[in-house]
Amino acid sequence: MKSKKTDGLRSAIAHVVLVILSFMCLFFFYILIVNATHSHADLQKGFSALPGNYLLKNLMNVANDGTFPMFRGILNSLIVSGLSAAICTYFSSLTAYGIYAYDFKLKKVAFTFIMAILVMPTQVTAMGFLRLITNMGMYDSLLPLIIPSIASPSVFYFMYSYLQSSLPMSLVEAARIDGCGEFKIFNRVVLPIMKPAIAVQAIFSFVGSWNNYFVPALVIQSKDKMTVPILIATLRGADYMNFDMGKIYMMITVAIVPIIIVYLLLSKYIIAGITLGGVKE
Amino acid sequence: MKTKNKSIDYSKWGYIFILPFFISFFIFSFIPLADTIRYSFFEYYRSGIKEIGPNFVGMANYKNLLASDMLKYAGNTLILWVIGFIPQIVIALMLAAWFVDARLKIRGQQFFKVVIYLPNLIMASAFAMLFFTLFSTNGPVNGMLMSIGITKEPIDFTGTVFGTRSLVGLMNFLMWFGNTTIMLMAAIMGISADIFEASEIDGCNSIQRFFKITLPLIRPILAYTLITSIIGGLQMFDVPQILTNGQGSPDRTSTTLIMFLNNHLKSRNYGMAGALSVYLFIVSGILCFFVYRMTNNEDPDGSKAAAKKAKKAQRRG
Repeated sequence: MKSKKTDGLRSAIAHVVLVILSFMCLFFFYILIVNATHSHADLQKGFSALPGNYLLKNLMNVANDGTFPMFRGILNSLIVSGLSAAICTYFSSLTAYGIYAYDFKLKKVAFTFIMAILVMPTQVTAMGFLRLITNMGMYDSLLPLIIPSIASPSVFYFMYSYLQSSLPMSLVEAARIDGCGEFKIFNRVVLPIMKPAIAVQAIFSFVGSWNNYFVPALVIQSKDKMTVPILIATLRGADYMNFDMGKIYMMITVAIVPIIIVYLLLSKYIIAGITLGGVKE
Repeated sequence: MKTKNKSIDYSKWGYIFILPFFISFFIFSFIPLADTIRYSFFEYYRSGIKEIGPNFVGMANYKNLLASDMLKYAGNTLILWVIGFIPQIVIALMLAAWFVDARLKIRGQQFFKVVIYLPNLIMASAFAMLFFTLFSTNGPVNGMLMSIGITKEPIDFTGTVFGTRSLVGLMNFLMWFGNTTIMLMAAIMGISADIFEASEIDGCNSIQRFFKITLPLIRPILAYTLITSIIGGLQMFDVPQILTNGQGSPDRTSTTLIMFLNNHLKSRNYGMAGALSVYLFIVSGILCFFVYRMTNNEDPDGSKAAAKKAKKAQRRG
């Protein structure tokens, strides 16, 4: 049969293209990790595709470097991203539940408003934001990187869609009959039901906050409060040619690899989660 | 009185539950926005340690921006976005169609999906720093090219307009094509299998099927992808900023609008930063309107409107 033959050919082409693209995606990270295991002297001799034995030494060099406090940066980033992810998912669920479960006059207005600002870039308010937090005395602190994530329209929208598909109102009513207060219903009945959605969104907002560079670069000044992306930027700005290249590769590795590991562990949920927040069909 | 009511009025809880969101939005987004718009009409900057202004100057900041390099930077942003977006959407459409096509029997689908989505989660600034290191004149990419014998002299990728823009485009492509593929795949899988079966019985080949059935049916999601990508492109900052160390080198040909805004913010020129933000706000507001229409549209493909029209025509006839 002719069509079977062409299918085979198309399948072969598809596989070749996929392998090339996967190679492109992985190649750069492979070089990065291999180079992070070599000493500066090795790297000057040219690229070698096999890993060296300098991994721990480079890691120690990065850990002991006072000008680029990478591990302090990772700690700061963990604090900011962890807290952001937690309050962002909690308050987005709360807002979504408030609009989903109750009837009130401004319900439609509130929903429309949030949908209207769904994809509004944060950069357009950056100037006023910078002045505001300076006046509030929060300049050069981690708080302005965390608190604003209470209002995350896209996470709200995801939570709202999830509630629509998986929270029957009869469950809420049953809890009311049992004498449960409204806050308690949310915390004890609704939140456990929303766990899958919260997990997916927590990952995404954690990663988003971990990778965020624009706002922290405006807000943070002192070295001991810098998050990882700002440290990377200062590394780029420094007199880079005199550096130990092994150390530079190791710094980039330290910034990237934790996310890669988390991603590989949770990839199944993450990939399934990408499309859920997309367009309603 | 309350006990006499059969149903308790719960509406106040709705307000209480949505309050934190709106308070946070009001403080951290609305007040800054109002402040930004207000100062866009003022001359207000710092020169040395002296603060000049705020003096009301009307539309002067807006005019100055138009006379400055803003339009050049808008052009840069557009070019950098297009270089990344065109390969992204072409490859994503192709991959999505392949992944969904059962007759191709793609092996290791899950593996490929995991790999192509990976760059999307990587810290853009670290990714840009990595590219800068790898593509520098004494970096490993040049080393490899020279040892294979493609070039004798190391290529100065970040020294040329073409090289820098291609690198930014390549990074944007790598970071986003996996995401787009997965979005489009979900859209194609949403198409009823009956339609594909019917087309097959009618003797449709795979190319015809792609252009005559798949593409028209996923048009709403394609439009959504396009507009969210434009909004993302408008915000392009991390990659060119780190790759060129904020210089937009060579000769500011890779300076994006947000890099320009960042420069004004860093030098504390509030008036100019404000006016630039308002321009960006207007453009993204228009784009947001389209996204709003799409995500809230009861009738995304126009079929209901068409049905209504047909009914009307029938009644008349």
